[in-house]
Amino acid sequence: MEHNIREEASAVVVAFEGDVDLESSRRAREVLLECVGRKRAVLVDLSQVTYIDSSGVAALVESFQSARKGGTTFALVAVSDATLKVLQLARLDKVFTIFASVDDGLAEAG
Amino acid sequence: MAETQMTVVADDQVLLRLRVPARAERLKEVRGAVGEAAGRCGCGDEAVREVVIAVDEACQNIIRHAYGEKTDGDVVVEIRCHDDTMIVDLRDFAEKVDPATIKPRELDDLRPGGLGTHFMREVMDSVEYLAPPQGRGNLLRMVKRIS
Repeated sequence: MEHNIREEASAVVVAFEGDVDLESSRRAREVLLECVGRKRAVLVDLSQVTYIDSSGVAALVESFQSARKGGTTFALVAVSDATLKVLQLARLDKVFTIFASVDDGLAEAG
Repeated sequence: MAETQMTVVADDQVLLRLRVPARAERLKEVRGAVGEAAGRCGCGDEAVREVVIAVDEACQNIIRHAYGEKTDGDVVVEIRCHDDTMIVDLRDFAEKVDPATIKPRELDDLRPGGLGTHFMREVMDSVEYLAPPQGRGNLLRMVKRIS
């Protein structure tokens, strides 16, 4: 799993690439919580995620809850089919705010 | 009855028998092998994805809960195809796990963790623990009908 963080005017955008699985989800959790800790809106770009498991979903849920507690926006963008399938299994596709693209998310966050 | 069982076993086509160390860094390899076997069993893309999820989560349960701190255990994944049914057996050699302790959680309770068993039950037609051969370890059988 690779990741990239960039600061935009209206949000922090963190993009993951590859498999977010038991091997990598601890790192994903650290990255996500670090982004949430910046006290800005966080957009998580999942377009290049090829697989996500329950531990990866747990990292998203924990970060979402942390952002909510801090009163900041936490949203997913460009969710790949593989990821959406797992979010649907967890009934989380209706819990997370999901934008079709990073641009859509940035426009909303702004 | 015994004869019927013998016939069923004889007709089964073993598509995968993989023994790997039960470690997180080996799961990608397991997922690849399972996906390939599921495809050869006649599963479509969606079903392949579902079987991969179920096996991956089952392996995670073995790594995290059955072996726990122990890092030198193995897991054996066997996939057989019989008519329109795919049978997935996962064997480990850890201490016996009480199946009653492995239950899916309520999804309304929004919290991290506890989703793996729910995923397995959601995507497979049956998930059950069987008595392992020679009485050692645990044997999980998951079955999926191929439509």
